[in-house]
Amino acid sequence: MSSIFFQLLQAVLMVMFAPLVLGFVSTVKARLQNRRGAGIMQPWRDIQKLFNKEVVLADHASWIFRFAPYVVFTATVMAASVVPSLLLDTPLSLTADVIALVALLALGRFFLSLAGMDIGTAFGGMGASREMTFSALAEPAMLMSIFVLAIGAHSTNLTTMIAHTLHTPLLIQPSIAFALVAMLMIAIVETGRIPIDNPSTHLELTMIHEAMLLEYSGRHLALMEWASAVKLLLFATLIIDLFFPWGISGDASLVTIALALMIWIAKLMVLFVILAVMETSMAKLRMFEVPQYLGAAFVLAFLGLIIHYMLEVAV
Amino acid sequence: MTFSQQFAQQIIDGMAALTLLISFSLLAQHRMLSVLRWFAGQGLLLAATAAVVAYSTGETELYISAMMTFLLKGLLLPWMLWRVIRKLHVHREVEPLMNSGITMVIAVAVTLFSFHIIQPIEVTSELLTRNSMAIATACVLLSMLMMITRKKAITQVIGFLAVENSLFFAAIGATNGMPLVVEIGIAFDVLIAALIFGLFFFQIRNTFDSMEIDTMQSSLIQKDDDE
Repeated sequence: MSSIFFQLLQAVLMVMFAPLVLGFVSTVKARLQNRRGAGIMQPWRDIQKLFNKEVVLADHASWIFRFAPYVVFTATVMAASVVPSLLLDTPLSLTADVIALVALLALGRFFLSLAGMDIGTAFGGMGASREMTFSALAEPAMLMSIFVLAIGAHSTNLTTMIAHTLHTPLLIQPSIAFALVAMLMIAIVETGRIPIDNPSTHLELTMIHEAMLLEYSGRHLALMEWASAVKLLLFATLIIDLFFPWGISGDASLVTIALALMIWIAKLMVLFVILAVMETSMAKLRMFEVPQYLGAAFVLAFLGLIIHYMLEVAV
Repeated sequence: MTFSQQFAQQIIDGMAALTLLISFSLLAQHRMLSVLRWFAGQGLLLAATAAVVAYSTGETELYISAMMTFLLKGLLLPWMLWRVIRKLHVHREVEPLMNSGITMVIAVAVTLFSFHIIQPIEVTSELLTRNSMAIATACVLLSMLMMITRKKAITQVIGFLAVENSLFFAAIGATNGMPLVVEIGIAFDVLIAALIFGLFFFQIRNTFDSMEIDTMQSSLIQKDDDE
């Protein structure tokens, strides 16, 4: 019974924390740039404001355009709710398969791109085509990097993989380091952060994610923004789960869950401070260099896989 | 296997992984100076690997070859090449024959191939470093790929020196280092080769006004036609 409660808590936390995470990153970034920043709560206030605004629809908008925000939001939240953040073994953990997770995210992305093209503006189509180009390159690299760990654990189920990492003694494993670097590179593409896409502008010719959202307003826009925030938190939690799972709670008791919650938040803060520092110190990549960047990530993940076989599987 | 040996094994494995990574990044670089920087990095990593193997196997001769590798391949050769590049004013772009995507796909295929052929040999070996054999072979083939896919003579020479580096790595991996005499001999051969290459570069530029293989060929063909 209690594990069902914690499963729910975990999912709700993921969704509720997500805007705070966006606020945290932008606040840290503001501090690094000697500004005060709008505060951690600002994304929440934005979402609240957008929910109270009326929706303006273009005349050509079809049902896809109205339908898409709900699909995107639901798919992302479903994906987020199966990723273990506090409790290792939850009722939903059987569904926490990495391939299913990637498929859920792909569903969201598919509808996002459809919605971008639906109105027929230049920017929407441009954004959609870019998103599809880059994700077609990013997805295999992401799966490849996850497979490095999955092969060791003999499963693509997240809970099994985490349990495997927790039970193996600490070794220097070059393959996992390669997979981690590849995964970090992919996460930046998938969540549209700075070297690839700038989340804080609507005015760049090279924007990707924002270009697809340009025509949205009101609660639709709120859901889209919220979904992208959840996606950011989802990827951070996924990286923590796969590479640094120590601290996640094994049993569903209140004390260990509270401890796991604190450790999870601490890890997230470290990860997002690193992200903020990187975003402050880096310039955006040229659009045409992104496929090369993704190619590098894929090669890294693939090297991780080869090295796993060459060095770590006992011959 | 004792704990410290296991630890040394892990460190050597990690260094082997890094060596493979460096071979890939040598192939992926676009600028002459960064190619040189990665080449120097390869030399330094090689010296460190030799030192670790020396420490874990207790073979003192390997310390000397580690020291020599550090001085020669980590510092002297990159410096000499850098001087040549600066004097010849070729430090801009590396011009590959194929686009980098195809090169990378070939590189991955080459790595898989060498893993496939080395696997039966690895089973028979008892050495601490046996795992790195496949990686060393892959690095040799990757450096050859670099020689094949580059247009400029100077990057081809760096590819050649990288082949030598990988062979040294293979030697450490396969036999815990060659006899010291052989190693010193090879080291000086490489040094002399680099010196001669340096002289050749200047000659080539005087004769052909270019460092590109295609230009050299077409100018030779033209000369034949004139005669």
